[in-house]
Amino acid sequence: MMPTRTTHDHVVLAHGGGGELMGRLIREHILPRIGNPWLAVLTDGAVVPWGGGEVVFTTDSYVVTPLEFPGGDIGRLAVAGTVNDLAVMGAEPVALSLGLILEEGLPLAVLDRVLDSLAATAREAGVAIATGDTKVIERRTAGGDTAAQMFINTAGVGRRRPGLNLDVARIAPGDAVLVTGPLAEHGLAIMSVRAGLEFESTLRSDVAPLGGLLGAVFATGADVRFVRDATRGGAAGVLADIVAGCGHSVEIDERAIPLSPTGRHAAEMLGLDPLAVANEGKCVLVTAAADAERVLAACRGHPLGRGAAVIGRVTASQPPLVELLTRAGGRRIVQRPYGEDLPRIC
Amino acid sequence: MCLAVPGKILTRAGEEATVDLQGNQLRISTVLTPEVRPGDWVLIHAGFAISQLDEQEALETWDYLRLALGEDIAAAAGQEPPGRTSEA
Amino acid sequence: MSRSIDELRAELTAACRAVGRPVQIMEVCGTHTVSIFRNGLRPLLPENLRLVSGPGCPVCVTAQRHIDAALELAARPGVLIATYGDMMRVPGRRGSLERQRAAGAQVRVVNSARSAFELARDNPAQQIVFLGVGFETTAPATVATVLAAERVGLDNFTVLMCHKLVVPAMAALLDAGDVPLDGFLAPGHVSVIIGAAAYRPIAERYRRPVVVAGFEPDSILRGLVALVRQIAGGRAAVENAYSAVVRDEGNRVALDLLERVCVVADAPWRALGVIPRSGLELGPAYRRFDALERFDVHLGEDEDHPACRCGEVITGRVLPADCAAFGRACTPLTPIGPCMVSSEGTCAAWYKYGQVLAERGA
Repeated sequence: MMPTRTTHDHVVLAHGGGGELMGRLIREHILPRIGNPWLAVLTDGAVVPWGGGEVVFTTDSYVVTPLEFPGGDIGRLAVAGTVNDLAVMGAEPVALSLGLILEEGLPLAVLDRVLDSLAATAREAGVAIATGDTKVIERRTAGGDTAAQMFINTAGVGRRRPGLNLDVARIAPGDAVLVTGPLAEHGLAIMSVRAGLEFESTLRSDVAPLGGLLGAVFATGADVRFVRDATRGGAAGVLADIVAGCGHSVEIDERAIPLSPTGRHAAEMLGLDPLAVANEGKCVLVTAAADAERVLAACRGHPLGRGAAVIGRVTASQPPLVELLTRAGGRRIVQRPYGEDLPRIC
Repeated sequence: MCLAVPGKILTRAGEEATVDLQGNQLRISTVLTPEVRPGDWVLIHAGFAISQLDEQEALETWDYLRLALGEDIAAAAGQEPPGRTSEA
Repeated sequence: MSRSIDELRAELTAACRAVGRPVQIMEVCGTHTVSIFRNGLRPLLPENLRLVSGPGCPVCVTAQRHIDAALELAARPGVLIATYGDMMRVPGRRGSLERQRAAGAQVRVVNSARSAFELARDNPAQQIVFLGVGFETTAPATVATVLAAERVGLDNFTVLMCHKLVVPAMAALLDAGDVPLDGFLAPGHVSVIIGAAAYRPIAERYRRPVVVAGFEPDSILRGLVALVRQIAGGRAAVENAYSAVVRDEGNRVALDLLERVCVVADAPWRALGVIPRSGLELGPAYRRFDALERFDVHLGEDEDHPACRCGEVITGRVLPADCAAFGRACTPLTPIGPCMVSSEGTCAAWYKYGQVLAERGA
């Protein structure tokens, strides 16, 4: 029996890691105080009935450092992340709000680059930045080697596509589990530019708006049961959500997991499990088994899904767990990641 | 205790070297392996090369290296990489 | 690759059958424990082969008094603690480095002693204290960094020396004599430094085979096959199953550095007590780089949690599942002892990879 009281009396970084500790923060602190039927569902966005249809409403905040990283920047992330939350709920994005919190000392040249990137990503995603707000806060980072920060919040509304039935409870044994491309690139790319970790990489963040890719998938008419983007907590986090939500197990084949050689070696070097590392342009999909080929073809036919692969299937094993068939022919459990991914030395 | 990975020395200047790990570059110290030269493979731990490796033996020891090199060669030839099947 | 694993598994099955009795092997190194779990090897092992974990998780065996010293230093203004990531969540008497950072202390995760050196070089106004944790694989890096600091004349770089030695720990376990051990799977990367020959006293004095193995699944299986064959044949020799990487004599350059800068000292091991001549301290010429001395911090006593059985786990006396706290009061989210906190702690590995499979009877 897990103890129910939290062990921290301050917020620690791991609370934001997208893993088990963050889940506890939400369940033990936020939901008891703010909970309502919409919020309790805890999906990527709220579905709000509106004028005979359904609107999906979501929000996300972006606090990544550094602001600019190989393959992207906080602006691109702020659009892609929120658009993707709408897209995985089966919605076409309509509009975003943009809240900027700028730390005193931020070079305007950086702000301009971020905004240019943000605007370009919005055009790419076919979404309008409809409203916004800007605040400036006093310098609170230490200076020296720490650059002034920028935080962004985006909220998004989208129109739910008719004819979709995305519901984790519909997942059944035999269903196929796919990922839309090579994993771990965003998290590893960020680590490569974090001070103190001292490695450079050809790895680029995969940050990208996936509305077009998912649109192509949905357009096949395939029976897609569930989609989620594999952000903080990585694919392992989404798989944990899946088994928790549907009550069945998932079995994945380590050899089927797409990873670039660069990504694999970087993960080995840092002692990280690639399944637990964040992505910003990849989804985990669950489809009816008969539709797996179709969905795979649709992904691979799209520039953002070329490396898509079927990585496993849903099984009836109990208790509900994510099981990995290892390269060595063994088996192990994949747990929900704890929180902040700390590169190991040992 | 012993997380160490193989990499290939790209450049060396004094006791500092840059190693390549399949497209990742790490700055390391060669203080513990003073004899290594660009092109040599080394085992890296905590920012230091701790041993020199023979390339063939390195490929045999770490199968992900062998797989990766197989992929690089296949990609250059425009082919499907070995060992990765498109599952139904 | 898969075929090679299948062949090795068949060889291991045959070797275990030839022994014809239960065999207990200690995997000394936490990285072996993790690799065995991560590759799902445990369910593949023959019935009569039991692997027990050893004290080879440097985070797990860092004494609480050293954590407390690090926390005391972290609380001082102007001090920045540079540490490998694994140490962040290890509990001291009152809190951890992670919590200290949350409360405003300067604590930075690095994955190299060099980064700590660069922090000191680039921030002359701050005192950088590097936590020197790890076995012989990692100690040379710390020592090389101390020498670099000396060369450059840094006066704001010190090390909290917690480095430990593997062979004395293995000997102490065997001296205690209460855990039946038929052989040792020796840590591959420690052996890069100390050399395969370093284990000869274990084989010769204690009559136990020692096989050095790497961390890839085929290397581990090769090591186990070699061990079981020796056990079946009544032999007790040191064998090197990682010869692509490990030499008999080790890394002479690294060993010379250690001899030049450090002295071997008695060291406190978490939950094991003080093991004679099992740790490294900075020698007399380098004392000014010692953090305890620079900041006049005194090591206290360990006050391990009464329910914690980490000491018994890392000496192979009990399995994690035998500990009443395991999976109940002690989980990765609510760790009581370091074995649950460290990413290569036995209990963390069991919890993460093994516990539920065991429930399923796999």
